[in-house]
Amino acid sequence: MRIIVPIKQVPETNAVKMDEVTGTMIREGVEAIINPLDLYAIEIAIRLRESYGGEVIAISMGPAKAMMALREAIAMGIDQAVLISDKSLAGSDTWATSYALAAAIKRLTNSPDDPGRNSLGLADWGGGFDLILCGERATDGDTGQVGPGIASFLNLPIGTYIGKIEQIGNGICRVHRLIEDGYEILELHLPALLTVVKEIANPRLPTLRGKQKAKKVQIPIWGPDQLQVQANQVGLQGSPTRVVKIFRPKVARQGQKVLATDERTISEAADHLVKFLQQKDML
Amino acid sequence: MDYRGVWILAEQSSGRVQRISYELLTRGRELAEKRNTELTAVIFGHEINQDDLQELIERGADLVLAMEAPILKHFLPEPYAACLFHLIGGYKPEIVIAGATSTGRTLMPYVAIRANAGLTADCTVLDIEEETGNLLQTRPAIGGNIMATIKTPKHRPQMATVRPRSTKPAPRQPGRKGQIIRLPAPDELLGSRVKRVGFVPNPDVHGLAEADVIVAVGRGIKKKENIPLIHKLVDALDAALGATRDVVDRGWLSYPHQIGLSGKTVTPKLYIGVGVSGSIQHLAGMQTSEIIVAINIDPESQIFRVANLSIVGNLFEIVPVLTEKLLQIRSEKRMSET
Ligand SMILES: Cc1cc2nc3c(=O)[nH]c(=O)nc-3n(C[C@H](O)[C@H](O)[C@H](O)COP(=O)(O)OP(=O)(O)OC[C@H]3O[C@@H](n4cnc5c(N)ncnc54)[C@H](O)[C@@H]3O)c2cc1C
Ligand SMILES: Nc1ncnc2c1ncn2[C@@H]1O[C@H](COP(=O)(O)O)[C@@H](O)[C@H]1O
Repeated sequence: MRIIVPIKQVPETNAVKMDEVTGTMIREGVEAIINPLDLYAIEIAIRLRESYGGEVIAISMGPAKAMMALREAIAMGIDQAVLISDKSLAGSDTWATSYALAAAIKRLTNSPDDPGRNSLGLADWGGGFDLILCGERATDGDTGQVGPGIASFLNLPIGTYIGKIEQIGNGICRVHRLIEDGYEILELHLPALLTVVKEIANPRLPTLRGKQKAKKVQIPIWGPDQLQVQANQVGLQGSPTRVVKIFRPKVARQGQKVLATDERTISEAADHLVKFLQQKDML
Repeated sequence: MDYRGVWILAEQSSGRVQRISYELLTRGRELAEKRNTELTAVIFGHEINQDDLQELIERGADLVLAMEAPILKHFLPEPYAACLFHLIGGYKPEIVIAGATSTGRTLMPYVAIRANAGLTADCTVLDIEEETGNLLQTRPAIGGNIMATIKTPKHRPQMATVRPRSTKPAPRQPGRKGQIIRLPAPDELLGSRVKRVGFVPNPDVHGLAEADVIVAVGRGIKKKENIPLIHKLVDALDAALGATRDVVDRGWLSYPHQIGLSGKTVTPKLYIGVGVSGSIQHLAGMQTSEIIVAINIDPESQIFRVANLSIVGNLFEIVPVLTEKLLQIRSEKRMSET
């Protein structure tokens, strides 16, 4: 199995505190981590390699410090990694991000005698790949659009919200797709792209050996030249969408607080809630 | 630019039009009025109910484009994308909106790439910038902690997905006129490298993302054996049951119940958190609910910061009393109705 896992580095929300006055997140000094939802993709990729053999490559597009996320993925058990980083890529929306990542994947799986590719020191993947595994969405942008976007650029079959990979064989992958009212059982022709949800596997922690490998491993950095992309298709220039305003939502609610600690106050609190719901026309 | 008209992507299940379609008609109608243009509902499926198509007209569509083929019965990314792309190419709408459902959030990005169009996910507010006609797409980001307004100045169509339950379904106006066009889907669009070989329903969590009322349970429930206590409250409110990650990780409820950063994002009219602390990751999935009620023993718990009504006390004492009262009211209501 040859598997590619696109991962994103995001600000850690776990450590974030709420600003009591404005009711918003305090982001100052927040650490950058692997998008927590990408850990499930990393984990299932490693497990597939453990069962079927092969190799897993993680790719990430972002600033130089996104290298940390790739090293962490290697510490978990990913084999190799590529960082896509260049100032011309800054400001990419999901269209431009998908485009750049798709270009990187094409390059990774180009013919082995592509001289550019050989100089990158990556194992021979000339024969293509089997799976791309993405997180369901990134916790910062929260769009879930990049996975389907990559699939569209590469013209791949896609399965989103995958909670289980039941079976892989004969060029077909059978999966469970979590939708609103149950699970669809799908069979996809490989190569394919899947976006996975938490249910698929419990991510492992990095091992000591993995951490040592992560320190030493060479991670190539690719820019527009290696990707062979057109400058006007990446970064802000290549992005159809523009963020024109950012503001804080009003989360401050006119909250009422009632105590319910003995028989009388509990009954009163329950009445209060009932009345409240009746007022709001919710019963 | 010769792009004109507003489109919504209606959804069907077993040939019946789904509620999200009517919510989209509410959005679409507003936008179409502001742009002084036609509103079209596009729908893919097989043997779609004719009355339901008529209802799309009665709820605000001027034109219904129904594309049908057996393979379109259920959502499959490739044929759905090929058909939508085909129609966009033929009719050139300036705006295409879909629900931020498992279908919309898969189909729209796949098509937006082909159409070279900008796409904004999970919008909660849509408006038109009058001078330019640009669609102003406002959406929560970073777990609902900020709102961003996004536009697509130079590309058409402008595409967006809209969060379910973020608006009311368009009301029905009997007798409203419009045109329904049923188109057979061209064969060359119907190839699919994905096959749907089965479906396992999960009636337990049916429509959590679309529920009007959600009761979410947290670790305060202490153990799995106590979950039935919450089920009773859920039934009394005719609600859907949600959970925090802690509850799911402990195996007290299954993952489809999970609300939050690594679970579902929900926007019900009413969210009741029971024994939920209100961690930032959980808030990320529910803080845009219309009304939030919390029951927690700890007066300092985070969830009270976002609650409209905070009840400080022991859930094991409060929930049974509350359930009892709710059941009583419902039976009284039923009596008075008959
Ligand atoms: C990357 C990442 C992703 C995450 N994603 C999610 C997610 O999607 N969803 C999610 O929910 N969490 C998520 N979390 C976990 C989150 O940080 C919290 O751990 C979790 O939400 C807490 O769940 P809880 O409120 O049930 O438990 P606790 O925090 O333990 O809270 C239990 C609450 O119950 C109250 N209580 C106890 N006994 C009683 C009683 N008898 N009566 C009334 N109240 C009582 C307590 O006062 C307390 O406030 C994520 C964390 C990380 C790091
Ligand atoms: N900059 C990036 N680099 C690598 N992978 C990414 C990047 N952005 C998004 N992805 C992948 O696409 C998924 C969805 O991200 P998003 O569409 O931003 O919510 C993530 O879980 C990642 O697997």
